[in-house]
Amino acid sequence: MSRWLALEKRPDPLRWMPYLVPMASVVVALLSGAPILYLIGVDPWTAYRAMVWAAFGDLYGVSETLVKAIPLLLLGLGVGVAFRLGFWNIGAEGQFYLGAVGGTWFALSAPDWPALALQPLMLLMGFAAGAVWALVPAALRLYARTNEIITTLMLNYIAMLWIDFLVYGPWKDPQAFGFPFTPPLPQAARLPTLAGSRVHLGLLLGLVAAVILALLLWRTRLGYELRIIGWSSEAARYAGLPIARVTAIVISVSGGLAGLAGLCEVAGVQGRIQHGLSPGYGYTAIIVAWLARLNPWGTIVVSVLLGGLLVGSDMLQIAMGLPIAVAYLFQGLVLFSVLGLEVFVRYRVVWK
Amino acid sequence: MTPSPVVALSGITKRFPGIVANDAIDLEVYAGEIHALLGENGAGKTTLMKILYGLYRPDAGHICIDGQAVMLRSPQDAIRLGLGMAFQQFSLIPSLTVAENIALAVPSSGLRLRLHDIAVRLGTLSQRYGLPIDPWTPVWRLSVGEQQRVELLKLLYRQARILILDEPTSVLTPLEARGFLRAIQAMATSGLAVILISHKMDEVLAVAHRITVLRRGRAVVTVPRSEATAADLARAMIGRDLRPPPTRPLSAPGEVVLSVRDVSVREQPWQPALHGISFDLRQGEILGIAGVAGNGQRELAEVLVGLRRVTAGSMSLQGRDVTHATPREMIRLGVGYIPEDRLGSGLIPQASILDNLLLKEYQHPPFAYGPFLRYRVACAQASRLLSAFQVTAPSLHTLVGTLSGGSQQRLLLAREFSTQPILLIAAHPTRGLDAGAIEHVQHALLEQRQRGCAILLISEDLEELVALCDRIAVMYAGTISGIVSAAGADPATLGALMTGDRALCRNSLAEMPR
Repeated sequence: MSRWLALEKRPDPLRWMPYLVPMASVVVALLSGAPILYLIGVDPWTAYRAMVWAAFGDLYGVSETLVKAIPLLLLGLGVGVAFRLGFWNIGAEGQFYLGAVGGTWFALSAPDWPALALQPLMLLMGFAAGAVWALVPAALRLYARTNEIITTLMLNYIAMLWIDFLVYGPWKDPQAFGFPFTPPLPQAARLPTLAGSRVHLGLLLGLVAAVILALLLWRTRLGYELRIIGWSSEAARYAGLPIARVTAIVISVSGGLAGLAGLCEVAGVQGRIQHGLSPGYGYTAIIVAWLARLNPWGTIVVSVLLGGLLVGSDMLQIAMGLPIAVAYLFQGLVLFSVLGLEVFVRYRVVWK
Repeated sequence: MTPSPVVALSGITKRFPGIVANDAIDLEVYAGEIHALLGENGAGKTTLMKILYGLYRPDAGHICIDGQAVMLRSPQDAIRLGLGMAFQQFSLIPSLTVAENIALAVPSSGLRLRLHDIAVRLGTLSQRYGLPIDPWTPVWRLSVGEQQRVELLKLLYRQARILILDEPTSVLTPLEARGFLRAIQAMATSGLAVILISHKMDEVLAVAHRITVLRRGRAVVTVPRSEATAADLARAMIGRDLRPPPTRPLSAPGEVVLSVRDVSVREQPWQPALHGISFDLRQGEILGIAGVAGNGQRELAEVLVGLRRVTAGSMSLQGRDVTHATPREMIRLGVGYIPEDRLGSGLIPQASILDNLLLKEYQHPPFAYGPFLRYRVACAQASRLLSAFQVTAPSLHTLVGTLSGGSQQRLLLAREFSTQPILLIAAHPTRGLDAGAIEHVQHALLEQRQRGCAILLISEDLEELVALCDRIAVMYAGTISGIVSAAGADPATLGALMTGDRALCRNSLAEMPR
């Protein structure tokens, strides 16, 4: 009988595999990106070295990496917790924008408030706006059984068009010479930054959120309910778990964190809302969450890693004249490798 | 019988992680023969046949068809060689007609769909083998028995010479089963080879020419029908003499725990409804629910635990109205539930033993502490339960999906019994378990009955029902067609009730205790 390569289920899923797969997938992504870079006419080795140097080579690089990591961390945590519930929230991008709008609205309508009063409420508004935007597909799934992958995705476009409407229309800064900007946020609304860098309060918020989520997942009743529903909604129904309530809470948190990310990007980095506020952070966050295996601690590490990838790709764009598409290409390759290598966690290759 | 076998398997071995599903099995099947594969669940019957049908690849061994060694890479290869397999799960498309379903199963020649030609050939086939069917009926309007016929006709239409039938009668009423077996006999007479997978002794003894018994992945013995006795086969199947079923100590049923009155559930697509179900269930009583699968048993269980909404009628638990109670309220009131799909809803295979044991009690002290969960307390309680119910597992953090079926069921029982329920709904609690685990489950149920628990036992195993139950209710088409005392229940009466034939059994049902 001739022999073939075949996949066979592992008797015990390997313990160290979950950590190896994310590492291996980054390596695989870089390896498979090399021939593409070569075809564009760039030496892959030089390019990769330049990327790593730009992202992690000096203090400035690291700080820029962290600036990019902040939205990815908040978004990744939000997306991850929804995924754990079995709710495929692809709408982080839209929730990000809505959070930016909610907080900006508050900051612009209370320009004379002191920072200590303004900032907490502004952050809260950002969180709330993102949460409400996410609750729409959650309610549709709970009460109309719509597929949340479709609804969350569609709501992204609606959110983005709303932003465009605002920045080209009613919220357009009259002093911006026709550019699609809102007026700048009052100084009191600008988040405090780490001395001399652009790293802002959002980093702390993200780390605190990760700690709270980890506690929630593994130490609380809500976390237990969340995990059960995510594993088996049938079992959750059987045991009488409050599925609607848990879904509502978890999705509010998911959308809220995305909203917070959006607001932090406005109040911490850009200072105003503009067309194209997010370079697709909401989608990159899906890769972050998946690469971190939906684990809050892992999300911290992976968001820094992918933040570095973004900074590195910017470097390629600026210094080597490569198109921005190269960054998306690497993100795609990473996600593709994660999903592809995932199979080896549960299966092994055998000759048979 | 022709001198050389059409199918010859030699030394077939197949390992799955943790078990040897098939261990050097030899099997020969001749044209014109009905060859029964007999064995308990998990003995390796289906695995062996999936190998023969090209779905699995053996780790060792050879397959010969018509004396030629063959290499089956897929079912397509097997079909080309004249094999045909009918699975327990039908693969029909409900919205299409019978003829259209057949058309899907045969490779078409050309672009035109010649449904009429198919219908004509179907007519000939169904006449020859006694499988009457209307080719123009949509499949969803057919009964389960008729759908089974379509599956079989599909194989015959493809001109299969070697038919593999995986427990074909398990979803049929006794009457339908008889007709089906007659059709199989007609096929064998016309020269086809039939491999009949079954764990039902009586049907095997009725139609098979030769019988091969599998036990724990090994072919224990192959005997011609004439030399086989039920006792020998049973011994070969389970490896020892059949123990007498557990004895049911007498107990005087106490007060009414559950009272169900005219409960109806509205029909939903593809699901049978319940119509006017009424019964009482007392303390320390086991009420059996017999019936062919899909006649409303599952729906009844779901209604009783609050998972399905009642559209008419009422239910009360210890005098309290629970007609519209939620699953959580029913659990709090002391209703335990062993669902039919153990790993689908009763247990979570991806979760640890600890998380599974916590499922129904996590929100109460001492496990809950404000919004927090006290895992240390939960661990202690879980360890106690594991030893009390003799569940063997490496640790509390072992994933439930990696446990054996028997251990999983013990775990489920441990959780459901740990709260001392006043009412227990047990749906097919012994299905798919080996003999040892079955005994454990049956004894555990009787212990609960002794404790005063009221038990509703849904089962398809009439012997089990007669052995364990005080009374047996039979369900047919969403109604209870009769309730008989288990002491006086005979298979003929139950069989008639299972087909909804009241006239046939009116005499034996002079008095029907409610």
